[in-house]
Amino acid sequence: MIIHPADISVMVAIFAATVALAIPLGKYIARVYAGEKTILDPLFNPLEKGIFRFIGVDPTREMNWKQHLVTLLTINVIWFPLTMFILMNQNWLPLNPDKIPGMSPDLAFHSTCSFITNCFQQHYSGETGMSYFSQLIIMFSLFFLTPAVTLAAMAVVFKALLEKATVKLGNFYNYYIKSITRILLPISILTAIAFLFSGIPMTFHGADTITTLQGAPSVIARGPLAAFESIKMLGLNGGGFFGANSAHPFENPTFFTNVIENIFHILLPIATVFALGFYLKQKKLAWMIFGVMTIGFLLLLTPAVYYELKGNPAIAQMGIDNSLGNMEGKETRFGVAASAFWSITATSSMNGAVNCMHDSFMPMAGGMQLLGIMVNSLYGGVGTGVMGFFIVIILAVFIGSLMIGRTGQFLGKKIGMREIKIAVIITLLHPFLSLTGTALTCSFPSLTLPTLNNPGSHGFSEMIYEYTSASSADGSGFEGLGDNTPWWNISCGIVILFGRFLPIIGAVAIAGLLAEKQHLADSAGTLKTDNPVFGLMVFSLIFIIAALAFFPALTVGPFAEHFSLH
Amino acid sequence: MKTYLLPSLKLTAVLIILCSVLYPLLIAGIAKTAPGQGKGVTLSLNGKVVGYENIGQKFTKDEYFWSRPSAVDYNAAGSGGSNKGPYAPDFLASVKARIDTFLVHNPGVTKEQIPVDLVTASGSGLDPDISIEGARIQVQRIARKRNKNEKDLFDLIDKTKEKPLLGFLGPEKVNVLKLNIALEGLPK
Repeated sequence: MIIHPADISVMVAIFAATVALAIPLGKYIARVYAGEKTILDPLFNPLEKGIFRFIGVDPTREMNWKQHLVTLLTINVIWFPLTMFILMNQNWLPLNPDKIPGMSPDLAFHSTCSFITNCFQQHYSGETGMSYFSQLIIMFSLFFLTPAVTLAAMAVVFKALLEKATVKLGNFYNYYIKSITRILLPISILTAIAFLFSGIPMTFHGADTITTLQGAPSVIARGPLAAFESIKMLGLNGGGFFGANSAHPFENPTFFTNVIENIFHILLPIATVFALGFYLKQKKLAWMIFGVMTIGFLLLLTPAVYYELKGNPAIAQMGIDNSLGNMEGKETRFGVAASAFWSITATSSMNGAVNCMHDSFMPMAGGMQLLGIMVNSLYGGVGTGVMGFFIVIILAVFIGSLMIGRTGQFLGKKIGMREIKIAVIITLLHPFLSLTGTALTCSFPSLTLPTLNNPGSHGFSEMIYEYTSASSADGSGFEGLGDNTPWWNISCGIVILFGRFLPIIGAVAIAGLLAEKQHLADSAGTLKTDNPVFGLMVFSLIFIIAALAFFPALTVGPFAEHFSLH
Repeated sequence: MKTYLLPSLKLTAVLIILCSVLYPLLIAGIAKTAPGQGKGVTLSLNGKVVGYENIGQKFTKDEYFWSRPSAVDYNAAGSGGSNKGPYAPDFLASVKARIDTFLVHNPGVTKEQIPVDLVTASGSGLDPDISIEGARIQVQRIARKRNKNEKDLFDLIDKTKEKPLLGFLGPEKVNVLKLNIALEGLPK
């Protein structure tokens, strides 16, 4: 195989552009949550004031961590019946030019669980499963609101880590609304305009019927896509308007739109890491986190790109020109390198949007995607990435401090028994949910075997990918799986709910408990948490947890498939 | 209860208006000035619309450049890929069958010349492009069928092909529908 310098430069260019944007954006995010002056004040201060007056909330009234969580859950609970209702009744609701039927109760349940949690795992295909009304009211709103929920929770954690001996941690509504008006909305508007002029449609007209050059009739599905795509990618939502998601030439028509969408995969996750550094004035800590995440990311990326560029040996044996690499499930305009790069950013960042079909990746490359959502903390989701990493840090501080005979201390707060208990439970939750779901599914072969699209180990990979993707709120899939059955809909829906809300509650609780404690000055013997040695500890901890929990499953799935041909 | 539920309900209503109504309306308004007025850019031949620039079409006749195989048969109202694993027996059998079909229709071409994109299905099933090599190996067939000079067809590919972004980002490719429209426009 030949690796072209152009393939490498594509990846370097996208990554470098992301980091170059993420650092100033992180600084801006830190200023927004700290309530400092920003350039958008004259534009948005009046709007926010109006909203606060209308809903009757005083944004300066501070809440403790429990009140924050009750507010967070209340906002989500409202969306549950609303979303279910719209999805099941979209057939008679307005704006349905293509006569889409209402969803079945189990499909509506799964979709609702998946949408209100930012997971956006889809067991239906957009062209035939969702009316314009559903896309507009549910998808557009939740594309903004679900990342805003986790950004707001993250702001609570930031505040808790900064304060000492207090229960006052800011106002949840304030963080939540500002996440939308100050961060998500302005960037989405600018990007949507750039998308419009790159060929992404934005129309409320239904499908168009044309006659092709060869004379066959063809129905072309369209939609309000430019506005949809920008926030779909920025907020790491990842739910496609069409079945093919960002592989669809209307959702992602050119290499330029592909670069922008790919940057958004990891832009907010990286920016929030830097925001933590700016907010807490702990820049070295932020670089340590970014460094650990990036090393893990590169370790997933390298084998994935290698095996994809090398192509499918079974096709090479047929004697054709295999030099383009593994093109099954990939688009010509992106090529193999940019597709493989996208897939690893998508599975490291819990976005779940795809520009190529993961099911058709080479086994080892598919295994790296799977490992990305299994590890679940390399970049991670909007806000949830930082919060997840915070929990790992707490564990690493505890273990590291025990090694040098100290009690754990992070940012001047002593880590107690309750915090450790919560951290351990949350850390084990993700493997527990993904593996239990898969194990249960394997025990009822009559329900699930007919839904698999591929035989043998690859079929097993489809199953474990589905649950790991559900539990991590990634939402991508080995999409061959025929997942619109009551079993998949109900079991994945439940996994999604637990996998989303428990880690948020855990992170806010730990931070809230730490904020109540007195500040202790660091002594010479305190474990340093912002240097490479501690970074190595954190990395080892992530690796050991993932290895112990998931390597048996990886062996049965992708690894077995890989070695079956060699 | 009231302290949490009431503000959250009102907030939900406000945010639906902001995110689901005002935001898409603003972008839809700006779309009027965009190419194709935001309805998608169409391509025409002799004043008749024959397709969308970005949506690939199926070509089966020998006198046209063929697009890539599609798992959904170029159904632009139901996009998708095959989602077949790389070693699935039925997948490998279909690739083999595509190679054989191609060789039958292109007698002058040898197996080693067929680039892999011409025998594998895209992710969307609507891929509008093929690789330059994928277009070039079809020239012999089309030239014979249309009674054209092969060199003119190679020139046509060179004229229609799209360069990588900024000269180095992404693959070089050619839009099959544009190429076939240009082909129809060649002097008889």
